[in-house]
Amino acid sequence: MLFQNLTRSSGARRVGAVAALTLSVALIATGCASTETPGETGGDANLAITFVPKNLGNAYFDTSDKGGADAIAEFGGTYDEQAPAEGSPDGQVSFINTLTQQQVGGLVVSANDPTAICDALNEARESGIKVVTFDSDTDAECRDIFINQATGEGIAKIQVDLIAEQIGDEGEIAILSATANATNQNAWIELIKADLAANHPNIKLVDVVYGDDDDQTSFDKTAALLQTYPNLKGIISPTTVGIAAAARYLQTSDFKGKVALTGLGTPNQMRDYVTDGTVTAFALWNPADLGYLAAYAAKALIEGDITGAEGDEFDGGKLGKYTVGENGTVLLGDPYTFNADNIADFNF
Amino acid sequence: MTTQTTTTQSSFGTRVLHGAGNFAKARETGILIAFVLVVVAATVKNPNFLFSNDGFRDLLLTPSILLLVAVGQAVVIITRNVDLSVGSTLGLSAYLTGRLFIDFPGIPILAVFLIGILFGGLLGLVNGALVAFARVPALVITLGTLYIYRGINVWWTGSDRINASDMPKDFLALGTQQFFSIPVLTIIALVVLIAAGWYLRNQRGGRELYAIGSDPGAANLYGLKVTQRVLVAFVVCGALAGLAGVLYAARYGTINSQAGSGFELEAVGAAVIGGVAIFGGSGTVWGAAIGAFLLFTINRALPILGVQDFWQRAVVGVLIIGAIVLDRVLSLRQSRKLVEARDN
Amino acid sequence: MTSSNTATMAVARNYKDYGSALWKRIILTREGAVFAALILVIIIASVTVKHFAAPITATYLLLDIAPILLIALPMTLVIITGEIDLSVASTAALASVTLGTLHQAGMPLELAALVAIIVGALAGALNGFLITVVGLPSLAVTIGTLALYRGLAVGLLGTTAVTDFTEFWKDLAKSKIGGSAIPSVVILIAVLAVAFAILLHFTQFGRGIYAIGLSPEAARFSGVRVERTKFILFVMSGSVSALAGIFYTLRFSSARGDNQTGLELSVIAAVLLGGVSIFGGRGALHGVLAGVLLIGTLGSALRLASVTSDVINIITGTLLVASVVSTSVLAWIRSKRSRPGGKKPETAAATKS
Repeated sequence: MLFQNLTRSSGARRVGAVAALTLSVALIATGCASTETPGETGGDANLAITFVPKNLGNAYFDTSDKGGADAIAEFGGTYDEQAPAEGSPDGQVSFINTLTQQQVGGLVVSANDPTAICDALNEARESGIKVVTFDSDTDAECRDIFINQATGEGIAKIQVDLIAEQIGDEGEIAILSATANATNQNAWIELIKADLAANHPNIKLVDVVYGDDDDQTSFDKTAALLQTYPNLKGIISPTTVGIAAAARYLQTSDFKGKVALTGLGTPNQMRDYVTDGTVTAFALWNPADLGYLAAYAAKALIEGDITGAEGDEFDGGKLGKYTVGENGTVLLGDPYTFNADNIADFNF
Repeated sequence: MTTQTTTTQSSFGTRVLHGAGNFAKARETGILIAFVLVVVAATVKNPNFLFSNDGFRDLLLTPSILLLVAVGQAVVIITRNVDLSVGSTLGLSAYLTGRLFIDFPGIPILAVFLIGILFGGLLGLVNGALVAFARVPALVITLGTLYIYRGINVWWTGSDRINASDMPKDFLALGTQQFFSIPVLTIIALVVLIAAGWYLRNQRGGRELYAIGSDPGAANLYGLKVTQRVLVAFVVCGALAGLAGVLYAARYGTINSQAGSGFELEAVGAAVIGGVAIFGGSGTVWGAAIGAFLLFTINRALPILGVQDFWQRAVVGVLIIGAIVLDRVLSLRQSRKLVEARDN
Repeated sequence: MTSSNTATMAVARNYKDYGSALWKRIILTREGAVFAALILVIIIASVTVKHFAAPITATYLLLDIAPILLIALPMTLVIITGEIDLSVASTAALASVTLGTLHQAGMPLELAALVAIIVGALAGALNGFLITVVGLPSLAVTIGTLALYRGLAVGLLGTTAVTDFTEFWKDLAKSKIGGSAIPSVVILIAVLAVAFAILLHFTQFGRGIYAIGLSPEAARFSGVRVERTKFILFVMSGSVSALAGIFYTLRFSSARGDNQTGLELSVIAAVLLGGVSIFGGRGALHGVLAGVLLIGTLGSALRLASVTSDVINIITGTLLVASVVSTSVLAWIRSKRSRPGGKKPETAAATKS
């Protein structure tokens, strides 16, 4: 009997130990977390809208998502933000799946790849969730509306014009992009190439490198570019993470002032570099407005005011009324140039 | 190690030659030669690689952070353990550095360094305690702490990010400052390297680490304080990862929740390539340091040599496998020689 | 333990004194503990977490952990022999990239998938060769091949991803059985699990695996072909990893060099949680399956409860460390309780109730 006592107690102890551990851990975690899912409001419309940007820790998306949060606060919905830490094509899928399970009202997504999240988005739409893309689109059949910050041509042209001006319209340039699959990046790079071929025959694009929207990678890639191409005269970086990292490298290197840098950046990140001359001018739009408009578009879809068809009109809050263009695209406005004269006026 | 029938009047010349011979045959020399070859090849293609200010500075600067982590990793591997959580420790320490500057403006830089080292040492202590006292293989423990520390890092960071503008200028200047054209960060790393190398070779504690790695059972029976030494090894490894985190903050300026991820495998790779046997008991921190330099320099040299830098990881993998095959061949040959010596 | 026949009734012991009831032997084990924890988590989550008790939860959960379940099967066998394979995630990525590049170059998906599996088998064979023929430690070798295969995968595709695959196979990867919520891939997993279970628990090969884990020397002298067994296991590990990589690619419609980074840690964590000893020689497949399901269910429930993924990682890490440390601690307690020389018969009679 002694043997049996031993077995029972140690075995039971084992069961007890592991079970108690798991139980307590699970209870603590669920207790700490909110077990309320993004709320279902009392009325018919489920105005729980979640923003799914490309990745976390990105100043550009911090601003745009905050704009969205402001809009959602205005019309009384619930705001949430979910994103992977790294901008990989399929990183957003598990978050979208969870949000589908949680039955939110609307998703506002900036996609890392035009097709990888399509199936997840369509599953969400099948279960009644409205999908708005902004900043970086997916294929048109996976979403209801796309909020475009500016025309691709406009964005490409302004960067090419800036770099041409800064290097005297001739010489070698390179592009420091974000992730290799990002829809918006690839669209703009193609348009940049087209613009260079048509209007700037003396400027040669020698390389396109990818910083993956990661600060350290963009920093190291800039260093590599400057090493590999000794005659490089300019760098275009159409991503706010890339241009900030490249500027930081240039600021402490021998090439400061000799290699021009432009692209899309946020005023707060770039202020130092514009003030000390590392960067002359760069462009962007107002990301907060972009997020704001996307939230209002989601609201209009959820409440059934529009379906995303061409010609639909919806209320964009303080931005006024907007009309849906072809392919379900809504245009926010035009890009804007920042330089030493006006950079002090902005705070984002 | 070869024994030598010493004649009492071995001249200075013979000793120098003998020392040179040992140097040439040393495992680390092979790696050093490989490193020099890579630098030469890249410089031939593009003289800016070595001879420009930026090039020389980057050559020495970027590997310095990995050097610290690799030295710590080598100490742990010598005791026949491994520490997979160093990348997460580095990330946490880097974020802590940023937070200290933000939350306590005006904090002296030296204090930040000390806190970073202590913090890393504490995280290493957790690992060491679990390995030494619970007698669980270090692989499993540090796998778990890799998850836990990285999770804590992401949780603490949220979606925030430390920006370069949050930290004082003179701290960031450390990242690029040079002292007689050698970057300050590299000097810090070299000082640590020399201290570690000296301790492992000339101090009792250091040599006991080798004994523990060669045969833990025998070391225990011999009376060595195995638990204590292993604990100290892990604390040192953690502390060095913590220091590396502070240097990372100085160098890159921007820290997000993913800082340092992947460093653990680079560190193990650097150590293995540098001749530290994964089974413990042999290898030096010098080798690990050269391994670290080799890895990072290959990364920068590949684009210059015309190879897409995407292939860098494959090259690293081939080097690691080559290194352990070489170690195995050498050790087989040596044991055969020892058996012959014994039988004769 | 001899029961002396000349002893009195008070000290005569028969097998019943040493055995325990069948139900105890099945349930009061390490694997039983994991199963109990799994059921506990499911019950608590269904009650406290909104939207957990919905069929779609099971679908997403099973789709998410399918690669881990697949790779955990050969990994269990590898760890029982006392080796380890850290290169599984890189092999999966390499297979994924092979599938993507070949398909993009025009090869039909079925053929490309076959080539990808062969690539995985070759990768496992390289591991096996270096470990069994050259005699290198598996930890070091698989760290090297982890870097090498991942490097090849990233090198082949750079940082782009191939996202265009045949609709039929993509749908099949995500399809469900009949009208239920269970994904079809579960059939594949079930078939493989049964095959591996039979291999491990009911064949001579499988018993050889346990023998190698407990003592390679003794196994060799007992006639077990140690090197050949290990080589076969690594080839199996590579092939199944390739299969998991193919599934992942089709499910997410994305072949990328960086896919599934860190998967090897999840697999090892689940295998160790399921009761397989890292020292080798101990473990069973049903425990591993329960371990994978436990981690997956816990993660799914926490995600639904809006707990961020970093906290989930902390919990996974803590579970891993706690499960391994607790085994050590329990063994230490047991060794303290048992006295050297065994129990005396008088003591047995005195406490016999």
